[in-house]
Amino acid sequence: MQARVWGCRGSLAAPGPDTVRYGGNTSCVEVRLDSGPTLVLDAGTGMRPLGVAIDHDPVDELHILLTHLHMDHLQGLGFFRPLFRSGTDVHVWGPASPVQSLADRIALYLSPPLFPVRLSDIPAQVTFHDAPEEEVTIGSATIRAGKVTHQGPTVGYRIEENGRAFVYLPDHEPSIGVLLADEPSEWISGHDVAHDADVLFHDAQYRDDEYAQHVGWGHSCIEHVMGFAHKAAAHSVVLFHHDPYHTDDELDALLADARRRWDGAHEQVCLAHEGMMINLDADGVRFSD
Amino acid sequence: VAISAGAPKSLPLILARELGANLATPMFLIDAEGMLVFYNEAAELLIGRPFAELGEIPSLEFGETLQLAAADGTPLRRRDSPAGVAFFERRPSHQVVFITTYDGARRTVESTAYPLFGAAHDMHGVLTVFWELDATNDKR
Repeated sequence: MQARVWGCRGSLAAPGPDTVRYGGNTSCVEVRLDSGPTLVLDAGTGMRPLGVAIDHDPVDELHILLTHLHMDHLQGLGFFRPLFRSGTDVHVWGPASPVQSLADRIALYLSPPLFPVRLSDIPAQVTFHDAPEEEVTIGSATIRAGKVTHQGPTVGYRIEENGRAFVYLPDHEPSIGVLLADEPSEWISGHDVAHDADVLFHDAQYRDDEYAQHVGWGHSCIEHVMGFAHKAAAHSVVLFHHDPYHTDDELDALLADARRRWDGAHEQVCLAHEGMMINLDADGVRFSD
Repeated sequence: VAISAGAPKSLPLILARELGANLATPMFLIDAEGMLVFYNEAAELLIGRPFAELGEIPSLEFGETLQLAAADGTPLRRRDSPAGVAFFERRPSHQVVFITTYDGARRTVESTAYPLFGAAHDMHGVLTVFWELDATNDKR
């Protein structure tokens, strides 16, 4: 499979000269499976340019996998061109709620006064599914969701194809009020989904010194993400969901801090940036711009 | 030391355990299969044994050890205890019970248990809080 980052900013789009190297669009990662189908992880503002790309290079089978419904993971949906093509089949997956269906919750955004077009008026054929906590097969890949600690119902996704595992946990606070290093693995949120991942995309919103002011907000500091990656025995870590206040230079410093805490090769830890490509196949994992 | 090494825990159980780990209120957790999977440090003082020493055990075994009795002294079936009611009847429950702890002490405790239902109304386990009563604080 091949992954491409279209948006890696957290919380709010942050365009401008200070964020141009890593990008200002919010969460959206495209995963093209070797077997054909295309997965879109989250529908942040990075989904707009992805939709343009798909418009030029149509895909046969499209699945949008939402981790949760905060606006930075949803706002691109209304600007995703494939949804405005009649005859297009799109499957949308997202966390279950005991109160409302996934479609009803998404319609809260895709309806006036927040948006001019109603979800029910979108021309594409859209089918909604609860995020699969048991494995489902799409193409030759298996997909599984796991509930994780964040604000409100939130999942992370594990995608496995041809012996490689890609794990996506963009919004995650793996421990609150307890020391991650002391916790047995089975008691760590997200561990089951992330274990032995070839590539782990993980929330890295805060510097350690910023975290004290944000305990319980549902995001990780560098100590968390690197501690979690170690516990999960991840083979490589991509720092994701950059704080909108962090400049490119500040992100560079954050990366240096993360690499200091990593026992393996430095290139196994990197910052997500728009345009980043990752190939996972029998030959291994390769990162490129 | 029998640190638990069981199956991955569900998020509601993880969050309940994190809450309990930060409370001075004694509490214990039973999972959806009826295993005792955690009690906190405050509970260790009443139960008389660290959880790390005991590890995960069937709640049946835990209940037998505690020799539960009702407030009038008659033996209490485990399924009639607050945790048992919450587990088997899937509703909250509250009552005063006698327990015999691992260190042999006989204690009177007031206990509240409630089932943990997930987003899909699926049962994840039972959370029980309890606290010791004595002649000075039993004002009921």
